[in-house]
Amino acid sequence: MFESPTIAEFVTQSNLASTLPGTLLVAWTLLLVLVDLFAGDEREHWTPLGACLGLGVSFVANLFVYAPAADQQTALYGMFIADAFTGFLNIVILVATLLAVLMSRDYLMRAGIHRGEYYILTLLSSAGAMFMVAANDLIVVFVALELLSIPLYILAAFRSIKNDGGELALKSEESGMKYFILGAFSSAFLVFGAALVYGASGTTNIPQILEVAPAVVDAASSATFYLVVGTALLIVGLGFKVAVVPFHMWTPDVYEGAPTPVTALMSVTAKIGGFAALLRILVTALSVLLLVDGGVAAWQTTISIIAALTLVLGNFVAISQRNLKRMLAYSSIAHAGYIMVALAAAGTAGSADSATQGALVYILAYMFTNLGAFAVVMTIERVDGGGGNIDDITGLARSRPLLAMAMTIFMLSLTGIPLTAGFVGKFMVFAAAVQAGLVGLAVIGVLTSVVSAFYYMRVVVNMYLRDSSGELLPALETVYVRWAINIALAGTLIFGIFYPLASNLVSMVSIA
Amino acid sequence: MTILEFGPVSALLVISVALALIIANISRVMGPQRPTYRKSVPYESGMKPIGPATRRLPIKFYLVAVLFIIFDIEVIFFLPWAVSMRDLGVYGLTVMAVFTLILIVGFIYEWKKGGLEWE
Repeated sequence: MFESPTIAEFVTQSNLASTLPGTLLVAWTLLLVLVDLFAGDEREHWTPLGACLGLGVSFVANLFVYAPAADQQTALYGMFIADAFTGFLNIVILVATLLAVLMSRDYLMRAGIHRGEYYILTLLSSAGAMFMVAANDLIVVFVALELLSIPLYILAAFRSIKNDGGELALKSEESGMKYFILGAFSSAFLVFGAALVYGASGTTNIPQILEVAPAVVDAASSATFYLVVGTALLIVGLGFKVAVVPFHMWTPDVYEGAPTPVTALMSVTAKIGGFAALLRILVTALSVLLLVDGGVAAWQTTISIIAALTLVLGNFVAISQRNLKRMLAYSSIAHAGYIMVALAAAGTAGSADSATQGALVYILAYMFTNLGAFAVVMTIERVDGGGGNIDDITGLARSRPLLAMAMTIFMLSLTGIPLTAGFVGKFMVFAAAVQAGLVGLAVIGVLTSVVSAFYYMRVVVNMYLRDSSGELLPALETVYVRWAINIALAGTLIFGIFYPLASNLVSMVSIA
Repeated sequence: MTILEFGPVSALLVISVALALIIANISRVMGPQRPTYRKSVPYESGMKPIGPATRRLPIKFYLVAVLFIIFDIEVIFFLPWAVSMRDLGVYGLTVMAVFTLILIVGFIYEWKKGGLEWE
């Protein structure tokens, strides 16, 4: 007979408190649905404000839960894990969502598609990302991934709700549809991989896979084969989500067609969720397993090849892009490649922690810089969709000197020039790669960074050195967008100039 | 562990693919081919096919179907709880209350947005 616990027993046994950052955000979002329904004409003020407040509540809860960040604890009977890794990425996700929400109101008003559902879906997607970085079980990884992705499918098609038949509405619809179909495919890969791993190891719990896996490999049975195939399918499924070559095909179209704040959001939170799951599954569950001679995980070669391909393709194809959003899409593929380098480095025994820390710092730097760059692109975009080309920013330094300066700093940070956050991230990733013995991969990373300087600097050259033939660009953005750019700029510079800050923040992170 | 443990799965995979191929092709290979006009037209329950297959349908049917699925799943969750309600006690009641609360928010949204009105 099942002995049902009392509520108090359940709360303490399941350690419900450590899931509070995510669950509070979901509860707040449900309240926000009602607020948006009954606020009447005031809703266009209350819903964005409520969204920002909800992010704040979750942020405070996160600080309380992860204050004693050194010790690991699981929640809901081993389904979730609350460690420094989770706490750090939760903060990155919350800041990213805040910046995206600040950008959104302006964009939605201009496009005439201001609906409260937009903010609700944004918050739900971020809650999914927060559950995903805390996932300690393959089932939770899958469910959280769906909570992360499904709102993003809808948000990508958000411009089409006006149904005016315009080109932008069609592009947005196409973007949402492509993302949905390919996302559903990749989810199927992920679930099939999880099923095979479960078949081979008899558990979906990530620490338990770690315990069982060596015995499975030692027995040298067919179960080893299914474990390897399952791992490969998991890499494919999550590789789609983080957009690494050869699973990147959807990225440029989806990023170009989606509303700009949505593009900014999904280029960050979806990647964070995917990389967190990859790190947890590959490093925590499968690192000791499949160790070949020399203390290197067997998946390291695969991840290294994916990383090298991603770096080369992302950076070289970005050169030929004329549309700024498309260029940033390929640049985001390239940045996924740099994080993949860190993931490959984590496959060498003993360097898992330094590589994970490098990946986290890179994600932090990428979050601030990329959201800032998208915010600048959004301010110069016109309602009819024009103004997003690389020639349209010509002479921006003369008409909007401060905006041009901000864009310059974001471009420098994306290239990885010292005194910006991007440099600190790249430095830590490459240091981890060299320490792990992946010198060749680090060299490819540095060389492709040099290539990337070409297309990032072309933006700067266009803004400063070429005269604009057309009229000066007027200031279209609201004060919220300026705040988003200011926060992103502050993050980029603070973490770049005070460079030990980022590495100190992640120094307690240990994943293996 | 031996390969036999995964034997049934592998056998299922092989058999299902083979069976699908056989069923799809057996009549073409073995049956006599004497096509007439009557035999070649698409089968629509004996009716004479008229008009294109991709006809326009009222989009409302999809809305009703989607809303139905949500409350269908609600019932599926409610049934086992109702059966073992006494054993689960206050704990079960609270868990179901949280579940129902989330669903009710969706229900209010649907109602207020006019999803339940046919015209």
